[in-house]
Amino acid sequence: MGEEVRKHPIIICRCRDVTLDDVLKAIDEGCEDLECIKRRLGLGMGPCQGRTCIPLVIGIMARRLGKKPDELLIPKPRAPVTPIPVSLLLKSVDVKVEGEGGDENA
Amino acid sequence: MPGMPPLKDRRIWEHPILTFKRGRRVKFYFNGNVVEGYEGESIAAALYAAGYDVFSRSPYKGRARGAFCMIGKCSSCFAVVDGVPNTRTCVEPIREGVKVEFQEGLAEIPSATGGLEGKDEEVIEGVDVLVIGGGPAGLAAAIAAAKHGLSVLIVNEHFKLGGQLIKQTHKFFGSKDLFGGLRGFQVAEELESKVRSMRNVRVLLQATAYGFFRDGWVGVAGKDRLYRVKPRFVIAAPGAAERHLAFPGNDLPGVMGAGGAQTLMNEYGILPGDEVLVVGSGNVGVIVSYQLLQAGAKVKGIVEILPYIGAWFVHAAKIRRYGVKVYTRHTIKEVWGKDRVEGATIVRVDEHFKPVPGSETDIPCDLVLIAVGLTPDTRLLAQAGAVVTWVPELGGLVPIRTKYLETSVPGLFIAGDASGIEEATTAMIEGEIAGLSAVVRAGADDAGNAAERREALLKFLWDEYRASPVVAKAKAGKLKVTVSEDEMERIRVSNPPPVRFGS
Repeated sequence: MGEEVRKHPIIICRCRDVTLDDVLKAIDEGCEDLECIKRRLGLGMGPCQGRTCIPLVIGIMARRLGKKPDELLIPKPRAPVTPIPVSLLLKSVDVKVEGEGGDENA
Repeated sequence: MPGMPPLKDRRIWEHPILTFKRGRRVKFYFNGNVVEGYEGESIAAALYAAGYDVFSRSPYKGRARGAFCMIGKCSSCFAVVDGVPNTRTCVEPIREGVKVEFQEGLAEIPSATGGLEGKDEEVIEGVDVLVIGGGPAGLAAAIAAAKHGLSVLIVNEHFKLGGQLIKQTHKFFGSKDLFGGLRGFQVAEELESKVRSMRNVRVLLQATAYGFFRDGWVGVAGKDRLYRVKPRFVIAAPGAAERHLAFPGNDLPGVMGAGGAQTLMNEYGILPGDEVLVVGSGNVGVIVSYQLLQAGAKVKGIVEILPYIGAWFVHAAKIRRYGVKVYTRHTIKEVWGKDRVEGATIVRVDEHFKPVPGSETDIPCDLVLIAVGLTPDTRLLAQAGAVVTWVPELGGLVPIRTKYLETSVPGLFIAGDASGIEEATTAMIEGEIAGLSAVVRAGADDAGNAAERREALLKFLWDEYRASPVVAKAKAGKLKVTVSEDEMERIRVSNPPPVRFGS
């Protein structure tokens, strides 16, 4: 095997190709919780919505910053928690709900 | 597109204990080439069986990607299917003539004429219990609720019911009413036929609950339409995802979750690799190694960072008989290969788990399995407003719950791996407890049988099943997040639930 097949990055988020170096750099530049990392790197915002990367990053940040996972401001998931084709959303029907109408995020 | 490996037949035709029931032959296309699979296979499985293991290039770095979790939890197996990009090929069944194409980086915006044609959303009101997830917990919950006359809607992400039971080929321990003596996939068959025989249970396959909304509406996305569901109660049993590790090359095709390999091998009868390195010597790592050996693969070694094997003795003894090398006090340093795994380097660690320079070993292999545990898939529960907390013993973020498995969102219950990682038997017990809780709360327990059965299950679960020292860790974790009704009321005061069920 040649050298090139040995030099792979460490991928933390496969959806958005975020690497361990990206995460460590963001921490060194002052990101102290997951909300910050998410906004900076888009972690957790790809098609799998953080199912792989968030547990990895929680471990990395907890160790690096000496914090407990619950102190890392784990981002609140929002609907839709999984990607939905726009063509389906366009076929939504109007449902009269109690209160003043349209749906909102819970 | 990366260079293709020589095409081969990865299907397992002879197996010492399993016979694979294959459906009728189905022809479809990958990049214009005809691929033959069998009805009931996923696209990812059928491609893999034919030797295609790279389905896309990643969006920003152009890295090769293929199968990883095989159960629709990650984003590795994306391809373009009938013009629709980002399709999870592992949970998409093959169909005659379906056109699968390699996805080169970021998807194009689908045109108005191509791709999916949506049907009108269906509004489902008046259902008593919405069960999210058709694995062991969800099916047990559905059966318990439906038995007492409640109407049940099951939404299941996969195109088959049964969750991860369908890839479990080992026999269950325990008594007959806990399915002792049956293999996991047989348990799934029993649960499924029971559910299918109940007229007050409706099942939606390839359907994902995507959010909780005002006034207790739940959004469900099906394959060709949305559903808007207004249930009286919700039982969430969405399962778990595999944990991953950070090492160079950890995204190469050929690095796979142990569960992903079990899906290929045990469910579809497809050999996931010829020469395998397994990372993690817990039960899953050791069981998957044994199953690989039975299926005809060579297990090059099992890597374990601790000084001892984590698996229960009964499982560890099986691989010992085969002489599989277990590298204790070792970790994986990197994986190498061009576009797919060609080998891995492992390294010894010191007592602080730090790699010891100079102690590296190169291991040529074409498959590296990550068997380092699962993490509960609780995103939907957190979106619903259920208070979650990080519990390492349970694999990650889990909801706080009462002993009856109700979360801080009234009328929203949890069961199975999403309530904290254990295994299929506890998942079924929790599912039944959650189902019975809905019965009791709905006022459908006329004779008091449901309440009585629930107490008996709770007693068995906590005092007998979880009394075993081998599950002490999970028990400790579950104790941490199980609170009294009074405590839950206090939690609800400080974290007001945005939606409420159960009225």
